Amino acid sequence: MNLAGLTAHQLHEMLKKGETTSTAITEAVIKQINQVEDKVHAFVTQTPEKAMEQAEKVDKAIQGGSPVKPLTGIPFAIKDVLCTNGIRTTCGSKILENFIPPYTGTALQKLENEGTVTLGKVNMDEFAMGSSTETSYYGITRNPWNLDTIPGGSSGGSAAAVAADECIISIGTDTGGSIRQPASCCGIVGLKPTYGRVSRFGLVAYASSLDCIGPMTKDVTDAALMMNILAGHDSLDSTSANMAVPDYTQSLVNDVKGLKIGIPKEYLIGGLDPDVEKAIKEAIKTLESLGATTVEISLPHTEYAVATYYLIATAEASANLERYDAVKYGYRTGEFDDLLDMYMKSRAEGFGREVKRRIMLGTHVLSAGYYEAYYLKAQKVRTLIKQDFDNAFEKCDVLLTPTAPTAAFKIGEKMGDPLQMYLSDIFTISVNLGGIPAMSLPCGFSKDKLPIGMQIMGRHFNEEMIFRVAYTFEQNTDYHTKKSPIAELAK
Amino acid sequence: MEYEAIIGLEVHAQLNTKSKIFCSCSTEFGAEPNSHLCPICAGYPGVLPVLNEEVLRKSILTGLALHCKISDFSRFARKNYFYPDLPKNYQVSQFEQPICYEGYLDVPTEKGIRRIGVTRAHMEEDAGKLIHSGRGESFVDLNRTGVPLLEIVSEPDIRTPDEAKEYMQMLCSLLKYLDVCDGNMEEGSLRCDANVSIRPVGQKEFGTKAEVKNINSFNFVKKALEYEIKRQLEVVQDGGKILQETRLYDSDRNVTESMRSKEQAHDYRYFPEPDLVPIEVSTEYIAEIKSKMPELPWDREARFVKELGLPDYDAHVLTSSRALAEYFEEALAIHNNPKGIANWIMAELMRELSGRETHLSEFPLSPRQLAGLVKLIDNQTISGKMAKNVFADILKTDKDPEAYVKEKGLVQITDSSAIEKMIEEVIAANPKAVEEYKGGKEGAINSLVGQAMKASKGKANPQMVRDLLLKKLTE
Repeated sequence: MNLAGLTAHQLHEMLKKGETTSTAITEAVIKQINQVEDKVHAFVTQTPEKAMEQAEKVDKAIQGGSPVKPLTGIPFAIKDVLCTNGIRTTCGSKILENFIPPYTGTALQKLENEGTVTLGKVNMDEFAMGSSTETSYYGITRNPWNLDTIPGGSSGGSAAAVAADECIISIGTDTGGSIRQPASCCGIVGLKPTYGRVSRFGLVAYASSLDCIGPMTKDVTDAALMMNILAGHDSLDSTSANMAVPDYTQSLVNDVKGLKIGIPKEYLIGGLDPDVEKAIKEAIKTLESLGATTVEISLPHTEYAVATYYLIATAEASANLERYDAVKYGYRTGEFDDLLDMYMKSRAEGFGREVKRRIMLGTHVLSAGYYEAYYLKAQKVRTLIKQDFDNAFEKCDVLLTPTAPTAAFKIGEKMGDPLQMYLSDIFTISVNLGGIPAMSLPCGFSKDKLPIGMQIMGRHFNEEMIFRVAYTFEQNTDYHTKKSPIAELAK
Repeated sequence: MEYEAIIGLEVHAQLNTKSKIFCSCSTEFGAEPNSHLCPICAGYPGVLPVLNEEVLRKSILTGLALHCKISDFSRFARKNYFYPDLPKNYQVSQFEQPICYEGYLDVPTEKGIRRIGVTRAHMEEDAGKLIHSGRGESFVDLNRTGVPLLEIVSEPDIRTPDEAKEYMQMLCSLLKYLDVCDGNMEEGSLRCDANVSIRPVGQKEFGTKAEVKNINSFNFVKKALEYEIKRQLEVVQDGGKILQETRLYDSDRNVTESMRSKEQAHDYRYFPEPDLVPIEVSTEYIAEIKSKMPELPWDREARFVKELGLPDYDAHVLTSSRALAEYFEEALAIHNNPKGIANWIMAELMRELSGRETHLSEFPLSPRQLAGLVKLIDNQTISGKMAKNVFADILKTDKDPEAYVKEKGLVQITDSSAIEKMIEEVIAANPKAVEEYKGGKEGAINSLVGQAMKASKGKANPQMVRDLLLKKLTE
């Protein structure tokens, strides 16, 4: 048996019974990485020595009678946008090529306290801006299901690493779909929690009012186990919610009888890939056959979501990325005449095209004379989009949509056309604007044998309902058990 | 044509909290460069600000004292500009929804009380400091980065440099009274920018204003404004136009110089700070802060006049600082002679303090000692003259005046037979003065009183000496 191919909860059972050790699991995963990484290129920075050290420490503790908690000894991969004390954190950018944070973010610290094993930092679109992981300064990451296609983005490294069995679990971030869309492309589970459910402290900001940290896993159960650790208030993040955290595993029940599933009519539109449409319709049928009822829902402001997102997210990004000025840390240009020249050259050379595009957009959006027309108006539309969701959830328990309009597209296909790239997130973006939770989970395959994901959206702070519907669907289908060709190859 | 100046002040007051506004670093002044620093105030990637509640409380307290309305919903905003002393390259400030707005301060001036409107008071973080080596290098010290500021913006209600100075002094005194700012202008705890324009007297519309920055003492407020008003008058009188610009005050040369024009003005691109939740304060919260409000200087001043019968001047001086007023009241609680204690504080004690700002505990004489001293005068144990010596002797000690006087045998002679005896000797020894007095030269009595006091080594009660002398000479 290849331990790297198992889930966290399966490995946990074995660890508890003494059937395996964290060292054995970690060795298996590192072996897997060594076999497939040159094809996938999921990692920016690998930390195998640290991983082995942590695994040995965990094993010693277990031998000494320490409790084996659900994620104890489980190797995981960290999106390179989360700060790790002593391990460089690049955000996929040249400007942070040599940046080693002096602290670890709250979410990672919580996982580390459980005894997880750090495999390294995985690739992403530069500063989480992108839907294909092609904008990374550290090279592209390939989809383990088809190496000619993108893994999605921006958490493409996380999704690819999970799908290629290069880690057991991973952690990503989602500002407009960056957990869910790559999860969909790579046939894994990805949850964007409610805004404020997980502390953002240590997450290098792209768009502060939209950014969320969430689990990326091989199945729904592992996502629940991760959420049990990640969720909760943090005194270092005033935007984190001071609310009780439920035990999400209690929601892993195989039962959707009587639940109402809303199908937003605006999402099943022309332009939707026929394979995706077919998979979603089948998923709806499956859930209906299990006792759920469906109801058509209208989210009338959906068509404004992408425009609204690119006004708000870029405005916030333009300010968030001002700190990369070559004064305190990060890339500094070689020669310059004066302070302004140093700023301009360092930033021109340190940031990639997409990041610069968004900084310029955001700067414009906030400029005197344009603020009201763009930023303020976008905020108003954002309120309308939130209201759409509030109204929808009066009529149903969850909403079900495709995660992305197509399965993974070809590498290079959309790089020349930013607007087409932005539309990859057309189904995921509203969720961030509304601040609600949503999960992508596998629900089928395209003709080209590429995974298709469906998205389940829930009410604010009701991740439990999402877990229940997702778990029930998973228990009654086998998409999540399918392995990518790259993962199979290593067996 | 006669012109008048229109002046509005923006005062930046450093709030005297222990830790910075968004992190737990110390705010202490004068530490080794970059020693009060953490990833949060240094603007590292991934960090988040969390508001120090003390900053909010002190801001609301100040707002209430300035008769401001307190916003029940207020926000922080990002003010964007690149500068090396600003690690995030945006300053977290407040823009559209400041915590305090629409207040005023009544400033006593030569022309009576002037009510200066307070447009707003908002919270923000301070920037760091640049240190230039003079060899083409610049260094950044981020110790000050994130120290809390309250920016208090006045209405353009000020008309003269003197008024501006008085407003500034009054504000400073109030901030110290409230214990929200140490008011130390040398250390930059209080900084001032001024918006200045001129217009012909009688004209309603404002003229084009210049913003004068970097005014860092009460005297500079006056001097900088005097210079700037004169400059603007000269421009206008020469047929020129005032440009909207930002000017920097150079106190060494006492001039203001153009820093940037309107065209070069920053577009700060303010927008609501998404990393901080909006601040919602309940009426209960405000009431709780209000309940801890110390008696304000003007209220205390009025009370001293009304209830203690002090002259306006005394009441004003005694309430000029909270420590002084508290000292006075403590002494008064021990010995109830308001005017007597006031006189001693205003003359002897204040000379000792010589303008130094001190806490009550650092006064060179305790309120109990001063009260004891005045009591000894009032019950005629010692004379005022003797008291001055005692005051000097027990300064900076914890000696009780009564015990000290006893120990040194300094008790005043109030025994009339003893005084009479001395008087007789003085009269016998000074026939010329006696003659003059009897001849109608009343001033001659003073020399006789002086002689008698000298004979008693200063211990005789001067009033008794005078009374008995008069009695004797008219017999």
